[in-house]
Amino acid sequence: MLEVDGIAAAYGNIQALRGVTLSVEEGGITCLLGPNGAGKTTLMMTIAGILKPRGGTISFLDRDITGMTPSGVVRRGIALVPENRLVFPDMNVQENLIAGAYLRLGKSKAEVQRDVDHVFARFPRLQERSKQMAGTLSGGEQQMLAVARALMARPKLLMMDEPSLGLAPLIVEEIFRIIGDLRADGATIFLVEQNAHMALQVADHFYLLEQGQVTFSGKPGQLSEHEVIQRAYLGKGQEPSQPAPDQGRPDGTTP
Amino acid sequence: MVDFIQNCLDGIMLGSSYALLAIGFTLIFGVMRRLNLSYGPSIMVGAFVGTLVYLEFKANAVAIAAATVVGAVIVGVYVERLCFRAIRRGAAVASMVSSFVIWMQLEEIVTVVFPDRTYFFPPMVTADPIDLGPFFFKVENIVMFAVAAVMTVLLHWLLQYTRFGLALRAVSENPRAALFMGINVGAVMFLAFVIASAFGGVAAYLIVSADGQITPLFGLWATFKGLIAMMLGGMGSIPGAILGGLLLGVVEAQSIWYLGTEYRDLSAYFLLFLFLVFRPGGLMGQLAVEREQAAMRRV
Repeated sequence: MLEVDGIAAAYGNIQALRGVTLSVEEGGITCLLGPNGAGKTTLMMTIAGILKPRGGTISFLDRDITGMTPSGVVRRGIALVPENRLVFPDMNVQENLIAGAYLRLGKSKAEVQRDVDHVFARFPRLQERSKQMAGTLSGGEQQMLAVARALMARPKLLMMDEPSLGLAPLIVEEIFRIIGDLRADGATIFLVEQNAHMALQVADHFYLLEQGQVTFSGKPGQLSEHEVIQRAYLGKGQEPSQPAPDQGRPDGTTP
Repeated sequence: MVDFIQNCLDGIMLGSSYALLAIGFTLIFGVMRRLNLSYGPSIMVGAFVGTLVYLEFKANAVAIAAATVVGAVIVGVYVERLCFRAIRRGAAVASMVSSFVIWMQLEEIVTVVFPDRTYFFPPMVTADPIDLGPFFFKVENIVMFAVAAVMTVLLHWLLQYTRFGLALRAVSENPRAALFMGINVGAVMFLAFVIASAFGGVAAYLIVSADGQITPLFGLWATFKGLIAMMLGGMGSIPGAILGGLLLGVVEAQSIWYLGTEYRDLSAYFLLFLFLVFRPGGLMGQLAVEREQAAMRRV
């Protein structure tokens, strides 16, 4: 569905991509794991059209979208749940959702309103807070809103950049339950995560991105979770000779 | 007491023009997070375009007002292209400094084209003041207030109930997120500039026609008044700009009456000083600051 071929890009001067090739299949969850600074967000920005790649191509549904404007990318059917959520703090929940359907707003307001109702049915907590300013929501609710807002664009592909970032473990589980539900409803999701443990539970396919390059591609289980976690947090280059003691337990239980 | 109330009423009417100036300032600041110092000078050029139309064609008030607004918008677009679009990704201070440079440029151009410096500007209406019990109102002040009120209501409608308004609010709250929604952020910023310049143009016409004259120094004056009113209200807040403008107008009117005309500007600066010391976020900006802090605590 999404084919990224040899993308080279730079975000500032550090998080560079050095020829990233990967693909996202329709229906299911594709994960991109990797340590901080590996270039995960840079890749998201490049696909979303915010950054212009220095080389390589991106195609979506067999059409070239390399270097397209952000609005063109949204129009083609790719919506992004950005890192740190980025909800509009001084707009209420409902307005945030309507903003997510911005490109369709000119055509049919009634249709957008129906979609708002659908989203509220999926996220009752957002409906309870529909008139509340998004900035007053808790972190988990804001993440929920960011997901719901992206869904309002009726995307064919939903990209999520670190949805678990800065959230308490219980909330993270809730967010991943939502991701699982979306997948069960047939959504195609491209998930960027640092929380390898949670991501591997939902992923159909995953990639490891280290220092701007894809270093592994496969299904969960093909690589031991221990190794994935180590490489997702630390990167291959800095792999310690001994198993890191305080990496948390791979099964996710608290000590 | 009658004097005090009369001053308040005069101040509110005068302040409504300051509010228009401040709305223009705050729209640009809200969307760009950058200060446009040549905002005042660009509407000053608009007023001189109005003067030109009057001198050349002896046009009526409506045509002069239209020429002023169109002139202000054209120069506003020029400033946007040069100082804001061109360096959107650079440091905010670069935009401010280049808008200062354009300010000097505009003032020089006007001085060259209009060498007499002070020009007659035709009043919009010539009518006697209206008496209402112990109070009296100048007709041009009533028009000033009415036009400002209508424009403010229009802007409120535009921002709250239209697709463009939603986009504009989204851009001013988070331009990056607005991009992800598919909003054309550059186009929204451009249109915000056009609207701000139009507000400035209307304000310029109202003020200059009430004064009956125009000089190139009007640019400096308008930048000061708009900037002070915006800072009193809270930078980036439209309700704040309105309140700030009205407050500034009332304080000026009172100090003209009780202290003398020469204290008008001094009292405005003093008011700004008090705000900067005791309520640096301004009337509405402070609320935003507090709400943000409360939200941070909740997360």
